[in-house]
Amino acid sequence: MTGERNGSPIFYPVGAPADPLRLDPALVERWLVAFLKDEIVRRRGMAKAVIGISGGVDSAVVAFLCAKALGPNSVIGVRMPYATSSKQSLGHGGLVIAQTGIKDLVVNISDAVDGYLRLEPDASQRRRGNVMARVRMVVLFDQAAKCAGLPIGTGNKSERMLGYFTWHADDSPPINPIGDLFKTQVWQLAKHLGVPRVIVEKPATADLIRGQTDEDDLGISYERADRILHLLLRGYTGADILDRGFERADVEIVSAKVNATHWKRHLPTNAVVSETAINEFYLRPVDY
Amino acid sequence: MKKKTRVAKPVSSDRLSAPRALGLLASPRANGSVLRKPGQTVSLALAQFAPRKGDVEANLRTVEGILASIAAEAAGFPDVVVFPETCLSGYFVEGGAREVALSARELDRRLQKIARAACAGKRTSFDVVIGFYEDDGGKLYNSAAYLTLGKAGSIRHVHRKLFLPTYGIFDEERFVSRGRSISAFDTPHGRACILICEDACHAVSLTVAALRGAQIIYIPSASPGRGLESSEPANVRLWRDITRVAAAEHGVFVAYAGLIGFEGGKGFTGASKIVGPFGDLRIEAPFDSAAIARATISLQDVSVARAALPALGDLESNLAEFSAMFEQEMIRRPERRGRHVNS
Repeated sequence: MTGERNGSPIFYPVGAPADPLRLDPALVERWLVAFLKDEIVRRRGMAKAVIGISGGVDSAVVAFLCAKALGPNSVIGVRMPYATSSKQSLGHGGLVIAQTGIKDLVVNISDAVDGYLRLEPDASQRRRGNVMARVRMVVLFDQAAKCAGLPIGTGNKSERMLGYFTWHADDSPPINPIGDLFKTQVWQLAKHLGVPRVIVEKPATADLIRGQTDEDDLGISYERADRILHLLLRGYTGADILDRGFERADVEIVSAKVNATHWKRHLPTNAVVSETAINEFYLRPVDY
Repeated sequence: MKKKTRVAKPVSSDRLSAPRALGLLASPRANGSVLRKPGQTVSLALAQFAPRKGDVEANLRTVEGILASIAAEAAGFPDVVVFPETCLSGYFVEGGAREVALSARELDRRLQKIARAACAGKRTSFDVVIGFYEDDGGKLYNSAAYLTLGKAGSIRHVHRKLFLPTYGIFDEERFVSRGRSISAFDTPHGRACILICEDACHAVSLTVAALRGAQIIYIPSASPGRGLESSEPANVRLWRDITRVAAAEHGVFVAYAGLIGFEGGKGFTGASKIVGPFGDLRIEAPFDSAAIARATISLQDVSVARAALPALGDLESNLAEFSAMFEQEMIRRPERRGRHVNS
C-alpha cells in the first residue's frame, strides 16, 4: 500500500535461499578481507600475516584472502611437512603460494617431532598426529614473532563443531577468517577466489597419517554433516532433523561429536575461588 | 460520486483517559509544532566511523576530526550531525562499561570544547545526536544525547535504551540498566525522538514516538553484520525495511546512523540512512566503510505524507481501544503466571 505512493516497493525481494548453506561468495570475500585488515592493521597496527599452508583448501582460502587484504609481499606461507606427509600436499601448497604470490617458507618438522617421539616410541598414531600439529603451531608462532606478523587460523566451522582438530594447535592463532564457514561453504568461497581446482576437488585430509581422509575419520561426508550441523545450530532437535529426512546414523554421528567436544571450543577451565575470577566476574572483551 | 468525508469516531471521555494517562498522546503544543514550520528545511549529516575500543579520548578526537571535515566542506555546516550508538567507546565493552561511561553533563562539556576547536569561525551553533555509555551516579545506561553545541544549557534530551538485547551475541542487560521512557522533544530543527538500535526493532516504539509528535526519529545503532547469502548482509536489508515501513506508517523522517568496524570478529554494518515520510530512501551510506552522508529534508513532507496516508490519525482514533488491549494483556499475564505456578 504505502509503496505505491512513490512507485517503489517497501519490501525487497529477499526470500529464503534455496540452499541454506549457500553464500554470496563475493560478499563473503569483501567481508573477510575487511575483517583481516581491521584485525591486523587497524586494531593491532601490524602489517604481516603468517599462515601454515597445508596444501588443503582451508589454508588456501585463507592465503588468498590475506594476500588480498595485505598484499602478497606481506604474507608468509609456511609449509611444514613431516617425514610421512604427502608429497602431493607439499606440491599443492606450492601451487597456492605460486598463484597468490605470497612468500614461501618450508620448515621440515621431522627433526623436532622425532626428537621428542624418540622418547615415546610407543606413542599411538593419534598422539603422533597431535605432536605434529602442536609443533606446527610452535613454528607458526615463532615465524610470526620473527617478522612481527600475526599467525592466522585456518580451521573451518565443520571441524570446529565436530571437534576434528588438535586443541591448542589448529585453533590457537588469535584470528581466523573462516571459523564461521562450514566446509562446504569454504569450497564455495574457494571456487570464487580461484583456488586451483585440484585443491578444491580433492578429498579433505589432515594428512597426519598416510592415506587419511577427513570423511573416513568422521564417518560422514561434509555435504551431509554440514546440513545437519546447520539445523542443530539453528536449534532444531535430533527428532526435528530426522523428520526432515536425514539418516538416523548420520544425525547420531554429528550429534555425538558435537556433544562430546564442547570443551574443545573453550579456553581452559579455571577453578573459581574469588569474586574477581577472570572471564567469570571480570569481563572484558578480547579487543578491549 | 459523493466525496467521502472522514468523521472522527465519537469517543467518551473515559475511553480517552487511558492513553492520556499512559502519556501516549502528544500534547497540543507538540502536535502544533508539526504545522508551525511547514516549510522548514533541515540539513542532516550522518557520520559513521569505527571507534577505537575503550578509548574515549581517541574517539572524541575522531569526532572532532569529523566535525572539522564537515566544517571545511563547501556545502556548509549541517543543522544536525548524527553519530552512531556507543561510538565513543565501541559497542562490546562488557564490564568495561563503567570505565568508558560519561555523565551527560561531561559529554556536553567535552563536545562543546571539541565543537569550538573543530568549527572555529565557521558556525556558532549546531546540534548533534550521539550514542555513548552514560554514567548517572553509578547507574549505567546505553544512551544517546541530543545536544545543541555552541549554546549554554545545550542538553535537550538524553534517551536511555529500553530494549537491551541479551541473547545470541548480545549481553547488554548484564552490564547496563534499561531506560524507562520514549519521549519526543522540541529542537530548533523540528520535534524529535531518539530510539537506539533494538528500540526501533519494536514497532510499538516508533508508534509511541509518532504519537508524541516526532517529525524526525533519530536512530543511533550498532548492528553486527550477519547473513551473507545475498549481495549485502541480511541485517542491512532488515534495517532498510524497518526504517522504511516505520517512516511510511507514521509519516516521519528516520535518520539512522550505524557504527562500523570489527569488534572481536563481529563486524558492524553502517549503512547510515535517511528515510522520508513516504517510506522513501533519501540517502544511504556504504555498510562497511567510514562515511558522512548528507541530505537536506523539508519538514513539510511530514504534513503532506500524513495527509496522503492518515495512518497516524487513524491510530489516534483507535488509541483508546488499543490502550485497553494493552491493559488487558498486562492484567492477564500475572494471572497466567499464577496458574502456571499453581498447576
